[in-house]
Amino acid sequence: MRLNESIVISAPPKLIWGYLAEPSNYLHFMSGVTRWEVEGEQRSGLGARYRMLIRVGSAEVGGLIEIVEWNEERDMAWSSVLGVDQRGRWRLRQLPDGRTRVELRFAYGVAGSGIPGWIAELFAAPQLGGHLRRSLQQLKRQVEHEQLRAEAAARQRERAGV
Amino acid sequence: MADEQTVSERAKQNGGGANGALHGRLGSLGDVGRVGGGLARAGGEFVRSGRRFGGALAQAGQQATADAASRAAREVSERLTADLDDRDPDHLREQLPLLWLIASFWFRGEVRDLGNIPEEGPVLMVGNHSGGNMTPDTFIFTLAFSTYFGVERAFHQLAHNLVMASPFARLLRSGGTVAASPENARTALESGAALLVYPGGDWEVHRPTRDRNKVDFAGRKGFIRLALDADVPIVPVVAIGGQETALFISRGAWLAQLLGADRLLRLKVLPISLAVPWGLNIGDFFGHIPLPAKITVEVLEPIDVREQFGDDPDLNEVYDYVTRVMQETLDTLAAERRFPVIG
Repeated sequence: MRLNESIVISAPPKLIWGYLAEPSNYLHFMSGVTRWEVEGEQRSGLGARYRMLIRVGSAEVGGLIEIVEWNEERDMAWSSVLGVDQRGRWRLRQLPDGRTRVELRFAYGVAGSGIPGWIAELFAAPQLGGHLRRSLQQLKRQVEHEQLRAEAAARQRERAGV
Repeated sequence: MADEQTVSERAKQNGGGANGALHGRLGSLGDVGRVGGGLARAGGEFVRSGRRFGGALAQAGQQATADAASRAAREVSERLTADLDDRDPDHLREQLPLLWLIASFWFRGEVRDLGNIPEEGPVLMVGNHSGGNMTPDTFIFTLAFSTYFGVERAFHQLAHNLVMASPFARLLRSGGTVAASPENARTALESGAALLVYPGGDWEVHRPTRDRNKVDFAGRKGFIRLALDADVPIVPVVAIGGQETALFISRGAWLAQLLGADRLLRLKVLPISLAVPWGLNIGDFFGHIPLPAKITVEVLEPIDVREQFGDDPDLNEVYDYVTRVMQETLDTLAAERRFPVIG
């Protein structure tokens, strides 16, 4: 099953990327996520691993994931190493007006689980879709708030400089 | 030619003269007599063969019965052996979507505070047991544990011999279930696995629905000795809702005693309940379709028995403590519920 949600954020890709690259932020903006911990020495970048869980129905599902694509300020993709099969992607594209379109793609399933697996994927989709939408909304709110704060701080510095 | 000669000779032997025709006729008669004698002999042989066949059949039947009994005994014995290798993480992983569907949409299961379970190493999880032979809280917890820690982490549950001898045993064993015995429990913990036990066993799981919010281990303290011997923490696991999946009327301890099931099958109870689809359900041997009661499970903080109660702890004191904290949690969970079954 593949889910796809997107949102436009009034901030440059650099700011959003900075927010997404920091693993400690995920518990703050990702809806339904109950765990997002760095596994190993590498904190971010290609090859970084995280142990993540997201609440869906009666269970917290997820497992160990690894960053498999890291294209600064554009694309970040991950794939599962252990746990439920999953593949996700953050896709950032700057719009002509300076804002950024953020897309979150998420594909999941359990190989070999047959018809029950297919039904479970179908039944989990609305809940997971809701998590993705809320996550993007929270990301937008937090990044835009960060942007406003940064602009306010810059204005203050300007005034102080004057 | 040889046949004609034989016929003639036999005709002579049967009183035939020198005349060829007479010989022939007598020969024919003799032949008829021979055939008749042959028939009689064949008949006798047939009867003897029948007897032999019947005897052989009876022997074969006895042998087959003995073989079947031996096979059944061997199979039951194998099922009751704690072969931890029977746990099959790949099979369990493939079953998770089905478990998830049932747990999420039938029981609306909720498992809280799994983070209280130590991240690694052996641990003894002690639960209150509910739901008759169907025990929905066990499989909801198994699902939650397996998705939270991953199917790669070894996790075993102890089950009654009767459950392990049932046709579902193969499925249960692939999920990590082993027959309940102190040896099996020790083996599992020594292997470094997480182990879930229900000290209340069949006594607690078949308690009447009116006692659904009571923790009743029937004074069984073996789990404390087990934790001390294996030097592992005890993590209490409290579940509510299982005893609302049918109307449990009585444990039927008197019935088990009356029928000798306590001596023959280690069954202290022969539960009487009203359950789907049977109506009146005695023994619950074939299970039942559980009502869609909401199941909530809460994992409590680990108890290090030696750290909390000293190097030589009083088992009664530890037992009272464990059952008290579990009862308090169950009371809190019960206070959250507004309606039976609905939750």
